[in-house]
Amino acid sequence: MTWFESPTQAAALLTEAGYLADHATATTTYLAGALEKPLLLEGPAGVGKTELAKAVSRATGADLVRLQCYEGLDEARALYEWNYKKQLLRIQAQTGAAEGVDWDQTHDDIFSEEFLLTRPLLTAIRREEPTVLLIDEVDKTDIEVEGLLLEVLSDFQVTIPELGTVAATRRPFVVLTSNASRELSEAVKRRCLYLHLDYPDAEREREILQAQVPDLDDRIAEQLVATVGKLRDLELKKAPSIAESVDWARTLIALEIRDLDDKAITDTLGAVLKHASDQARAVKELRLNR
Amino acid sequence: MTTPTSGLLDRHLSFIEALRGAGLSVSLAEDIDSVAALGAVGWGDREHVRDVLAATLMKRQQHRTTFDALFDVYFPALVGDGVTQRGISSLTDPDGDEIPRDAEADRVRDNGEALQEFRDRLAEALESGDQQLLRQLAAEMVGRFGAMPGRGPGLSSWSSYTALQRVAPQELVDRIAQGLTGDMDDEGRLQDARRLANRRVGGFTRLVEDDARRRIAEEKGPDHVADVAIRPSIDKLAFTAARRTDLEEMRRQIFPLARQLATRLTKEHRAHRRGALDFRRTVRASIATGGVPLTTHHRPKRPHRTDLVVLCDVSGSVANFAQFTLLFVFALRESFQSMRAFTFIDHVHEVTEHLQPGADPVDVLEKLAASSSYAALWGRTNYGRAFAKFEEQYADALNPKTTLLILGDARSNYTDLEDKTLDRLVGSVRRAHWLNPEPVTSWGAGDSAAKTYREIVPMVECRNLTQLQEFVHDLL
Repeated sequence: MTWFESPTQAAALLTEAGYLADHATATTTYLAGALEKPLLLEGPAGVGKTELAKAVSRATGADLVRLQCYEGLDEARALYEWNYKKQLLRIQAQTGAAEGVDWDQTHDDIFSEEFLLTRPLLTAIRREEPTVLLIDEVDKTDIEVEGLLLEVLSDFQVTIPELGTVAATRRPFVVLTSNASRELSEAVKRRCLYLHLDYPDAEREREILQAQVPDLDDRIAEQLVATVGKLRDLELKKAPSIAESVDWARTLIALEIRDLDDKAITDTLGAVLKHASDQARAVKELRLNR
Repeated sequence: MTTPTSGLLDRHLSFIEALRGAGLSVSLAEDIDSVAALGAVGWGDREHVRDVLAATLMKRQQHRTTFDALFDVYFPALVGDGVTQRGISSLTDPDGDEIPRDAEADRVRDNGEALQEFRDRLAEALESGDQQLLRQLAAEMVGRFGAMPGRGPGLSSWSSYTALQRVAPQELVDRIAQGLTGDMDDEGRLQDARRLANRRVGGFTRLVEDDARRRIAEEKGPDHVADVAIRPSIDKLAFTAARRTDLEEMRRQIFPLARQLATRLTKEHRAHRRGALDFRRTVRASIATGGVPLTTHHRPKRPHRTDLVVLCDVSGSVANFAQFTLLFVFALRESFQSMRAFTFIDHVHEVTEHLQPGADPVDVLEKLAASSSYAALWGRTNYGRAFAKFEEQYADALNPKTTLLILGDARSNYTDLEDKTLDRLVGSVRRAHWLNPEPVTSWGAGDSAAKTYREIVPMVECRNLTQLQEFVHDLL
């Protein structure tokens, strides 16, 4: 299947799915589908990396298979595992039923489909339906897992010694996200298309806000986007991202604040800035408590 | 091959070569990908081509500026003066009215009047923030005010510097800010407007530089520009060569870099921690495999934490370097048992109090800069005197568990080096390192005492953020 027809169509479909993509995002997403290459997304936390994968699955009607990475993730959690307990039961049941059962028979039995626990990577490869495979926060894993990913990402196949090689019947749309807390290996990067998502410009951010928080009225949206823009200009430990703007908008609606004046900003600053020193700096620079 | 080629492939290949030359590791596989991708998207839209090449060739965001600069050189948006002189009919002013063709043609290339008129138009465009218009103005500006005809061969005939000097967009900031705020005399809004105006002027300056580079590339061939005019990416840029905007960018990079390093360190420490067998955890884990201990678990090794004493030269020549390093080390404060910092020029001053946990990096830098006056008595760098004073006043800071870090270029104005004192200082600590922001080749040249000092303390070259990160990694 072709995922998208053209960059323009990709942008339109994504917008329909509730994700406002800029032209770089749309082009790269289209390419990832057209070339059947994994897409590596990097960028600060909360700019919509994971959301893009979800939007692709919504836009194309594909199912999303998600592998959340963490420290200590291993083959057994990412790829597949033999259901040891079930195998044990099987052996015990067989020895109980009849004496002198052929060992070869048992051996073949317990390493079959029935005892295989598929984990996200294998699931995504074996699925017949269109699938979006999201490998979230790859930078959190150990180097060994990257090695594991290489075979999956380049050939879309997994080798299980007892069963042979399982190749993908239909290549999934693979999205990897990373916060760049460590540099990924060249080997992984080489196999991927790279896209850096950054904070959006004021215009696009306002559109995103209005799409995400429909109750927000235009004037306050404008004020909010302007303030967030100013905050990003300051040197903060963690600049507010889109997720924070959306949270802020929701906060304002919940508190029924109709006008984003200095007092309102000071009161609700906690929704956007999560470091005490950042808040102090913002209050100082924006001269909030005059 | 006798068939005529479009030259597109050659251009693409030399672009790839230039990227490699600029430090991006572009593999053959990525090269092939990029061509395949261009086949899928087509050459119709320049921005699409840029996105496609960026997605396939550039895999690290730090390289973005380098990539964009090279892309503009090899795949210029326009040739020569472009639409500003010839295809004027397509040019419209912000209201959508077409600018009459003759008016443009009649304009004199460069005189006082033309300059004034151009500045007016520029101020207007900057006020409206119309990117399309600004790009055209940048091209026009280099074409009219940045030309240096009749220069000898080998010298470029376009200069962004000349153009910027003539037009001086920086002087327009106040005017634009006034225009943006309207008539209201509100100090706060004026501040905001000035910030915005400054950013726009900065953006315009970059446009002008890009345009000059494009024109030079057209004359001399892109390879020449790629060799000469492309600056290294921020993590490879030497501290001593950094401009003010670069310094800001570097400052923003410090905390992300420190965090990256901290993650890497935790990972590595975890990988090496094979302490004594943890019997209880091993047995517990073996229950899952029917009592067979397939995997063993070990107790973590106690992490070794050092007491760090940093001694940094804050004299003009190396002030930036010292501050960055201090800030970087400070960002990794949790990895050290304790940390004390001293600054010196010819006198020693303790600055530990400014490095409070959780402090705002900008404040810290300001305070450090402000306190550097305490570190000077006569204001001429004197390493010998600084070491002597340090031993006299703060000898208690050093003990056999301490790691001593000295930051400076070892340029001591031909004064007494007091190498005996330094020897004693180094002898009293566990480890000592000297970071020098100068390239190894210039060590010992002029008044540099690097040759003498490196006999006593292991000296490391540390010219950019990457080297700094590597050093701190090895230190921990």
